[in-house]
Amino acid sequence: MEKRIYLDNSATTPVRPEVLEAIYPFLKELGGNPSSRHKEGRLVKAAFEKARDSVATAINAESKEVIFTSCATEGNNTVLKGYLSGLRSRTGKNHIITTAVEHPSVLSTARELEKKGTEVTFLPVDKFGRLNLDMLRSSIKENTGLISVMMVNNETGNIYPVKEIAKIAAEKGVLFHIDAVQAIGKIPVDVKDIGCDFLTLTAHKFYGLKGSGALYVKWGKWASPLITGGHQERNRRAGTENVVGAVGLGKAIELAVKEQSEESARLKKLRDHLEKRILEEVPYTRVVGDPGGRASFISNISFRFVEGEAILLKLDYDGIAVSTGSACSSGNLEPSHVISAMKVDPEEAHSSIRFSLGRSTTAEDIDYTVERVKETISQLRSFSPVYDKFLLENEKKSAWRV
Amino acid sequence: MNYTEKVMDHFMHPRNVGKLEKYNAVGEVGNASCGDIIKLYVLIDSDNIIQDISFQTFGCGAAIATSSMTTEMVKGKHIDEALNVTKDQVAEELGGLPANKMHCSNLAADALHKAISDYKAKNGIK
Repeated sequence: MEKRIYLDNSATTPVRPEVLEAIYPFLKELGGNPSSRHKEGRLVKAAFEKARDSVATAINAESKEVIFTSCATEGNNTVLKGYLSGLRSRTGKNHIITTAVEHPSVLSTARELEKKGTEVTFLPVDKFGRLNLDMLRSSIKENTGLISVMMVNNETGNIYPVKEIAKIAAEKGVLFHIDAVQAIGKIPVDVKDIGCDFLTLTAHKFYGLKGSGALYVKWGKWASPLITGGHQERNRRAGTENVVGAVGLGKAIELAVKEQSEESARLKKLRDHLEKRILEEVPYTRVVGDPGGRASFISNISFRFVEGEAILLKLDYDGIAVSTGSACSSGNLEPSHVISAMKVDPEEAHSSIRFSLGRSTTAEDIDYTVERVKETISQLRSFSPVYDKFLLENEKKSAWRV
Repeated sequence: MNYTEKVMDHFMHPRNVGKLEKYNAVGEVGNASCGDIIKLYVLIDSDNIIQDISFQTFGCGAAIATSSMTTEMVKGKHIDEALNVTKDQVAEELGGLPANKMHCSNLAADALHKAISDYKAKNGIK
């Protein structure tokens, strides 16, 4: 197979060998239903519960506080829709607060709730993508029931101050949900230390299987299920358990947390090297995000005068996989909602590329990528009308100075 | 839908790219907020034949490929004949475009129409 450099680990990660090994017996021979009382069922149930323990240990929760789901989108929907419907009927509180830079699984769900009569506040961010906590505090009203904020942004890598938000929420008696999808294995995630009520995660962002996630719900805070049916997951999530996914998730999260500090430090070095070289060697580039607090594996860089999808396609041809939130590749025509929320001008918003590093990334990969990026950008700029105009204007300006 | 091989060929190896040294008509369409800007430079001779044509494009793969294809399709043609070239024909020549790219990125034919009508107005041609 051709050599590929995969720098899209925020989108998804490949399954790691230890996970494959752990799930293999459950694909090959252990096919019982964990709800069955016979031996076939009991064997599978034991492994399934062990996986739950692994997830609980990884985030410092109790096992009974962990619910297996099909993905983070389900987890986020369960909290926003499920919880809110339970909460509303119980307390009459009908206002939720979230941010403009959440994942679509939170944003679209919040907009759905809005259509059905829930009041939603979407907190803005500044040009670095940062939240204003005073604004958050003052947005909390008598009828605020829930705050939902992500821990690490999937496009910029920005880390949000969830511990401080949890404190504010607790002071005001508001429940707090965290979408921690991009955080697991990247920064420490400890639900007790943070003090949140709900937390969403998914296996495929840390080398587990797609179609397998988990939701932490603080004991006593459960309201109502999204999916109803059988008694599985203590009546909180019906449906026959995805044993293979859960076993893989258990193994993946155990390793991700064990290796977190070492791997994050390694990726930070590589990421910083990538940014330093690109910023030095490619003119008119800039890192998009919070210089003061980003997870170490994501780099979002804007390359002025050229469009993101064109960069992506050229790098893909050269064997490098990156992504762009920009419209053109994701099928909608607006630039990324995250970059737009940061008030980046539209032309630059169309020019941003996300590099997200992972276990397979080496220093050689980074250097090769920089070389290809240099070539690609200079080629695309050579016929960019925007660049041409910029150069002409600059010429005029310097003529004036002389 | 993915890009066809033909689109990828025109994207990776764009024809008639850059800015002509000599041109007497220019057409520019698009804006940065929608993510695509296409500028055509055209050299039209005294018989109203497109002697030469080139493009500059800020945009996605489809925007670059349609620009390249459009220049190929009209080079050597009489301007009135070139005006008959439509966006749909450009897309067809490329073996099709993803639906969402048809409107936002297939703008080169518009740029050409602009260039030719400006040229006609300037030179009093009806």
